[in-house]
Amino acid sequence: MSLPAVRIEGLWKEYRIGGQRHAGETFYDALSRGLARLTGRNEAESQAAAERFWALRDINLEIRQGEVVGIIGRNGAGKSTLLKILSRITAPTRGHIEVRGRLASLLEVGTGFHPELSGRENIFLNGAILGMARREIARKFDEIVAFAEVEKFIDTPVKRYSSGMYVRLAFAVAAHLDVDVLVVDEVLAVGDAQFQRRCISKMGDVAGSGRTILFVSHNMTAVRRLCRRAVWLDQGQLMRAGTVEDVTAAYLAESALSRQCERCWNDASGPGCDDVRLQRLAVKPLNAADRDGVASIIDVSSGLRFEFEYLVKRPLALNLSVLLFTSDDVLVLNAVPIEDVHWFGKEFPTGRYRCRFELAPNLLNAGIYRVELLFVRDQAHVLHREPNALMFEVHDVPNQSLWHGRFPGVIRPQFHWATERIA
Amino acid sequence: MTDSQAERVEAFFSHEHLTVIEPRRGWYMLDWRELWAYRELLWVLTARDVKVRYKQTVLGAAWALLRPVLTMVIFSVVFGQLARLPSDGYPYPIFVYAALLPWTFFATAVGNAGQSLVGSSQLVSKVYFPRLIIPLSSIGAGLIDLAIATMVLVAMMAWYGVGFTPNLLAAPLLLVGVVFIALGFGTLLSALTVAYRDFTHLTPFMIQIWMFVTPVIYPASLVPERWQWLLYLNPMTGLIEAYRSAFLGKAFDWAGIGLSFTVAVAIFAVGVAYFERVERRFADII
Repeated sequence: MSLPAVRIEGLWKEYRIGGQRHAGETFYDALSRGLARLTGRNEAESQAAAERFWALRDINLEIRQGEVVGIIGRNGAGKSTLLKILSRITAPTRGHIEVRGRLASLLEVGTGFHPELSGRENIFLNGAILGMARREIARKFDEIVAFAEVEKFIDTPVKRYSSGMYVRLAFAVAAHLDVDVLVVDEVLAVGDAQFQRRCISKMGDVAGSGRTILFVSHNMTAVRRLCRRAVWLDQGQLMRAGTVEDVTAAYLAESALSRQCERCWNDASGPGCDDVRLQRLAVKPLNAADRDGVASIIDVSSGLRFEFEYLVKRPLALNLSVLLFTSDDVLVLNAVPIEDVHWFGKEFPTGRYRCRFELAPNLLNAGIYRVELLFVRDQAHVLHREPNALMFEVHDVPNQSLWHGRFPGVIRPQFHWATERIA
Repeated sequence: MTDSQAERVEAFFSHEHLTVIEPRRGWYMLDWRELWAYRELLWVLTARDVKVRYKQTVLGAAWALLRPVLTMVIFSVVFGQLARLPSDGYPYPIFVYAALLPWTFFATAVGNAGQSLVGSSQLVSKVYFPRLIIPLSSIGAGLIDLAIATMVLVAMMAWYGVGFTPNLLAAPLLLVGVVFIALGFGTLLSALTVAYRDFTHLTPFMIQIWMFVTPVIYPASLVPERWQWLLYLNPMTGLIEAYRSAFLGKAFDWAGIGLSFTVAVAIFAVGVAYFERVERRFADII
């Protein structure tokens, strides 16, 4: 087993909520606070105590050399604070951390870039700020420039760069750092899709060469692709650490609990256009549909009923088209009412309508699903597309096997599996 | 740098180096080793300031000449011609210019260093390096300006036919003293400005007043004998007087120089110590 690259023991970090105000505190305030303390008046102090909060509470974590660890959690969960402490930007309040080898952090793309300086000068400047030696930068200079695709503009001041070029150059410098531990915050949020793909593949290369990476992201697909382990923080506490599948699934499940399985709108606010407007959308487990309204959990053995109510404000030949996606944005199915012989292809007079369809039990795998809804006219023209009409979660059911993880695959049918001994 | 030193510095960035992160409170010794390991960054940031200083200006580096020369002309007219301030028997222009150069350097250095941390808040909150690098690097650009402006001083010495004496050899040493005081005050003010923006307004005003209690436009001999000690409490007094003596070939006041150097080192120590003490809080409150 390799040595721990990072060991965190009992880490606590306290912030004053009035941090901003403290920054704007005048010298006079500080003087009077100091005087108050000298004369034994402690009001100011006790007041300050009430305005504190713990951004991190008792974090214990060990990250081994060569591991790629994803850090996930809601905004304000303490992810960035943890990265800032690891990069020694801010000090912990309590606790002990050991980092083996060189650690570099990429909390923001282009830190320290100077707009007046050329791309070439900024590569050396940024490299030095990130802790690279001059000859190291010189050695990797061509590689950096090639990765950033800015060869032609390398002697132009970066203030004349497009934002895309700027981000590419900045990431290129950081990506070529020769460090043992790389700490990366949500830097992939900038830049276009193609650039993001390249960044992720570059980080994959870095990880492949035995470096340790800590990667904060909201993009579960990226975390799952890059990381083998994940850590889930919530309100400053470590909720779970383990394999990436396990932790991301737990995180998604938790955040899905609060998601509604029914949404209603009043007349004008519903998604749609002037011709047609959605009023209600619900997904219900069929096994509970007739049981006196007690909301039941949707699990893999439930049949599902999708219900829609909408207003048609001008007569038109309308149909709905419902798309179901997994949390990884894999399209599972497209439900179109072609079996609805009474209405499909017919003109809808103005009025309020309700329609529904059902999915058989034992079809969807456990996971989070997103419902996308389209209003279509004449079976051809999309009047309105609502990509996030509803989210719902299908829970796993306990089973007899020793396998406790999620079953792989998009669907989870029943197999009527049978074995017989034939000889 | 010796081999063993190089090894120690390399080890600082090596793959085996163990960094321990713990809460820090109270007074701490400056980590010279770490500072030395980051010396390249100091150089790069200084070079950045020098490069950027006169970018997109028409006159460029000529500003480094124009500003002190124009100030010298104005001071010569106002204080030399109109107010008729004494100048220890030397022509007033060269008398004031020789003191104006180290003073301008000092004032610029303290002003820049004081604002340096707040001006680099983006760096401070996003990446780690010894914070002391920031005020240190803000002083370098002023040295280049000083070197350029000194060429005019040498020309004036030739013109007036004064000052080409061995005294000149002391000038670099005296400059080191000025740098120490500037660094001491600069780091102190930069750390204070992070927490209390009052110093953004206070510093320029303070420097302005400071010039008048330093013998820049007048000689120290103008002050009555029994009040001289008061003047010399200001560490810049001894250094500015000595700097002028170096270029004008006047006799040095060794007691004054010694006192100034002692105070300079003390100020430097206090400034850096305070800086180190509050350094860890910068990112949280900047």
